[in-house]
Amino acid sequence: MKPPPFTYHAPRDLAAAVRTLAEVDGKVLAGGQSLIPMLNMRLAAPAHLVDINRAEGLGGIEADPAGVRVGALARHSEVERSGAHPLLTRALRLVAHPVIRNRGTVVGSLVHADPAAELPAVLAVLGGAVRVARWDGGAVAVREVPAAEFFVGPMESAVAPGELAVSAFFPALGAHDGVAFEEVARRHGDYALAGVCAVVTPRGAKVACVGVGPVPVVVDLGDLVNLDSGAPDPRAAADLRAAADLRAAAEAVREATEPEADIHASAAYRRHLVGVLAERALREAAREGAAARGA
Amino acid sequence: MEHEITLIVNGTARRARVPARRLLSDCLRHDLGLTGTHVGCEHGVCGCCTVLLDGRPVRSCLTFAVTVDGAELTTVEGLAGRDGRLSAVQRAFAECHGLQCGFCTPGFLCTVTALLAENPAPTDDEVIDGISGNLCRCTGYQNIVKAVHRAAELLAEEA
Amino acid sequence: MTTRLFGERVPRREDPRLLTGQGRYLDDLGREALAAAFVRAPHAHARIRDIDVAGALDVAGLVAVYTWEDLPERAGRALPLLIPHPALTHGRTAYPLARDVVRHVGEPVVMVVATDRYAAEDACALIQVDYEPLKPVAGLEEAVQGVRLVHEDVPGNVGAHLVQEVMTADGRGAREAIETSPHTLAFRLDIERSASMPLEGRGVYARWDGRDLRVYSSTQTSTSVRMAVAAALGLPLPQVEVIAPDVGGGFGVKIVHPWPEEVLVPWAAMTLGREVKWSEDRREHFVSSAHERGQVQYVRVGFDDDGRVLGLDVTILHDHGAYTPYGIIVPIVTSTQLPGPYKPGSYRVEFTSVYTNTVQVTPYRGAGRPQAVFCMERTMDKIARYLGKDRTEVRAANFIRPEEFPYDQGMTFQDGRPLIYDSGNYPEMLRMIKELIGWDSFERRPGRGIGIGCYVEGTGVGPYEGGHVQITSDGRVHVSTGLTSQGQGHETAFAQIAATELGVPIERVSVVTGDTRRFGYAVGTFASRAAVVSGNAIALACRKVRRKALRIAADALEANPDDLDIADGIVHVAGAPSAAIPLSTVAVLANPLRYAFDDETARATQFAGAASPDRPPVAEGEEPGLEGRDYYSPIRSTFAAGMHAAVVETDPDTAEIKVVRYAVVHDCGRLINPMIVEGQIHGGVAQGIGGALYERIVYDQHGQLVNASFMDFLMPYATEIPHIETGHLETPSPLNPLGIKGAGEAGVIPVSAVIASAIEDAEGIEIDRMPLSPSDLFDLRTTHRP
Repeated sequence: MKPPPFTYHAPRDLAAAVRTLAEVDGKVLAGGQSLIPMLNMRLAAPAHLVDINRAEGLGGIEADPAGVRVGALARHSEVERSGAHPLLTRALRLVAHPVIRNRGTVVGSLVHADPAAELPAVLAVLGGAVRVARWDGGAVAVREVPAAEFFVGPMESAVAPGELAVSAFFPALGAHDGVAFEEVARRHGDYALAGVCAVVTPRGAKVACVGVGPVPVVVDLGDLVNLDSGAPDPRAAADLRAAADLRAAAEAVREATEPEADIHASAAYRRHLVGVLAERALREAAREGAAARGA
Repeated sequence: MEHEITLIVNGTARRARVPARRLLSDCLRHDLGLTGTHVGCEHGVCGCCTVLLDGRPVRSCLTFAVTVDGAELTTVEGLAGRDGRLSAVQRAFAECHGLQCGFCTPGFLCTVTALLAENPAPTDDEVIDGISGNLCRCTGYQNIVKAVHRAAELLAEEA
Repeated sequence: MTTRLFGERVPRREDPRLLTGQGRYLDDLGREALAAAFVRAPHAHARIRDIDVAGALDVAGLVAVYTWEDLPERAGRALPLLIPHPALTHGRTAYPLARDVVRHVGEPVVMVVATDRYAAEDACALIQVDYEPLKPVAGLEEAVQGVRLVHEDVPGNVGAHLVQEVMTADGRGAREAIETSPHTLAFRLDIERSASMPLEGRGVYARWDGRDLRVYSSTQTSTSVRMAVAAALGLPLPQVEVIAPDVGGGFGVKIVHPWPEEVLVPWAAMTLGREVKWSEDRREHFVSSAHERGQVQYVRVGFDDDGRVLGLDVTILHDHGAYTPYGIIVPIVTSTQLPGPYKPGSYRVEFTSVYTNTVQVTPYRGAGRPQAVFCMERTMDKIARYLGKDRTEVRAANFIRPEEFPYDQGMTFQDGRPLIYDSGNYPEMLRMIKELIGWDSFERRPGRGIGIGCYVEGTGVGPYEGGHVQITSDGRVHVSTGLTSQGQGHETAFAQIAATELGVPIERVSVVTGDTRRFGYAVGTFASRAAVVSGNAIALACRKVRRKALRIAADALEANPDDLDIADGIVHVAGAPSAAIPLSTVAVLANPLRYAFDDETARATQFAGAASPDRPPVAEGEEPGLEGRDYYSPIRSTFAAGMHAAVVETDPDTAEIKVVRYAVVHDCGRLINPMIVEGQIHGGVAQGIGGALYERIVYDQHGQLVNASFMDFLMPYATEIPHIETGHLETPSPLNPLGIKGAGEAGVIPVSAVIASAIEDAEGIEIDRMPLSPSDLFDLRTTHRP
């Protein structure tokens, strides 16, 4: 289990990086926590590796009222510690193990586009975007790819050959929004069998599900979830409605997903599970939102 | 093509000529002769190869040596004091029987050293979460968890 | 005696080196050695049409490429069938490199030697093997149909078939006893494949100096590797030495030998005149070492109103993979250990061991016992459920009583000797485990259940081990034994025995294991036998040395040997502490010298006046040196026992399963070092929980191992293992001088049974298959309460 040979490039800035990517058929190395296992198992054998770890200006976490921009070299642990975005922080605690998070990058996880990974769901549910750069022959050209277009298929993102994902933007939550991330993994830190990331705003509720489709499955539940009652109490009539709403939402989520079976779980179990987790995540997000509103 | 790199390992600058694909784990073990860092899976799951990169634990099997040219590394060989006295974490592992075959131990020691540097008095849950990326096939973890708490005590006593 | 250490929590003597990165594991040796890698079969079953190595020849650093045809006749022979058995009518073993046919994914086909492992893997990737794929036999069910064959000359894929039957007191067979029982039950049980999975893979490093061959191997048996390598390479035994360095876990898989690589790497070293090393990587370990556990069991049981078993009839289908190098030890152990602490009125067990196109099956910690205990304990729970009785009550009704020992189970055990339990106290153990877990006060509710499992483990099998003890003139005590260590703390436990027997401080004692230069006769480390067999051998060797020391000291002190004692390394006259002589001096006097090498040894030279002129310097019947060697060969196995209990919670919505409490009471006879024993128990339980809830080796219908990585073969992390509470019961074995029984495998044995029992209790659904994932539990719920 040793990586195959490759030509190594260590560009010092973004322009050099995309110039190199334009010239050679190369893979980008950032954290390497997904790429290097594939190289070690010789499941990938790129002729060129473009290591961006020495490139200036690709790190950083910038937060403003509109949201958080995470640079290509920002490690999971760095973003987690920064606490810049509550949903991102919550999701990051579910990503692998602390040691992997010390090296792995947020943008790298997005580009890797594992359908069972947490971060793509966060980007998707928030309607964020990824900034992608390429060399257009004379300068660095940049495009913004919205989350809805970024995840193309399992392990496939919209980043084209020759392009480099330079940052990801996670829109900020509203002051009265509540969020939650619920998942079930076989072992702590494993990719989830299914997971649900929920955002409940005063206007409506939205979830993104992992592990139950080729890309994060986003379900806009509109006002299906009763927002006035944070934590449904089955004894109150209004809350009975809320509980029914949650069950209906869970059903809607189940219907939107197309899980597959693998050695860890059957498709039927995943479909059941994603509904359970949707209900839990929505309840928790609604509770949090209600608390934020002082309800 | 080979690359001339310098790694500051356990406080000493070490130079090596390595091809780009040389994993940091192999560079430490075979180029620098520091065989205390072990290799258990080479796909980043077992944690045997964990070393400290600029103070933070990372998988040396998921890092190319050339990427960390110039960085400071601490391996298991560098945990004891210059006088050879074992660190509090090492002593706690011995005292609590936190190792059997010893193969995963260097990875645990590096992980726990960093964990306690950041959180000197972890709760049980924090300890378990902190070591949750390291596999041990011998101990069932119970004595490792005990050792982490004991190391925290020793560090507090000696502070 | 001030130096009594037996039974104490002595800190481990191997720890300082292992904690500082100074351990020496296989891959830490031979920095300059060439590296080997292998082209391994990508098909489960295929004929090799052609091997084209041309593409690899330009790889920088390539040294050699070998196929089976390159091997000399001896080295190219099929590997030995280590444990023949009359019932193994169709035993088959692999060739070191595949010859014409491959029978499982991962079988070695081509060996590449290069300057480093990177280059060797580059070359492997460029070698073209032309295969004619054959239809594989992918699972047990398919194997028994016998339509496709793993070996053309093994009809029905049946390697072995064995029936053992123990009649009732009045001479009736189990089937007859079941027919006439008041109640009967019949059911099927399934256990899936798992694997030992030590964190250090296998590895071999060989050095040839033109005359002598030195082999280092990450093995559980260096003496047997030595004999096998010498035989395969046609070398005189004295020219071959094999050393097991620090070994990063074994758990059974490393008892198999010689591995193809243990023949090929030394042969390549001799052929090339260069040092060669092979360090197995994780993928290789998954597809080319060994697995265990896979069985299907069909059970019929007859019992009375109290739950007493009157007849038990078990038919086992055992999957032994593509080859049988280790014979049929695993299904024999399952068959013979199945009755556990109970005395079924009559017992018939039949197993059929079949070939599949999968990695060979050889013992993994527990070695067939987890399956046996799963079967027996599921049976006990089903009887209790049927009768509406407490599960512990049914067990108690079937126990062998303390006064019935030694108890003859009437079968032949894995050592070929009668299955006679030496000692035990099962009712007391049951009382202890119930108290520890709080059985009688347990508050059951949906989603929260309690389970129990009991086992008896034959430990310390023969044929023998030896010990050598030497006290040198510096007062140090050098102990060696031939078996090997993989983390069991032998350097500490054996030093405790030696220090106690000899009356010396433990700091003076050093222990070497697994080095044929130090001790050539041994069997190996498996079957929870090291402490029992080597421990007693070392004790006996120490007693010899002690007697000799007392004889020599008595001469020097002009005292009666019977009046002497040894404490802190000093022989003294009891009650007269001033009349004393240190063992270092006794060691000097034990070896009459012509040439002194320091002031101390000058006392033993010819003009020093130490020796009597009336007898030869080395008296008749004596040997020079204060040393001794002895062996312990047990008449038959000892029988350790244990009972585990667990509390499990299941999530009503997600079907997640959480072990919230786990308790163990075990009896391994006298404890040498309770700290080490508890560590063994913890580790075993963790492996058991892995086997019950997480780990399964999965082959698809093409015979591809689909989860050959730590991403998908789910060994538990700290987050998956509960706190384990332990209690000790000590019923010393009457069979050996130290009264010990062995504890290495104990922890793992009943865990699947215990967890199944607890989940069944929580869910009210019968659990007949392990391991069990949340998805499996969800499917069961869907079937049983749609």
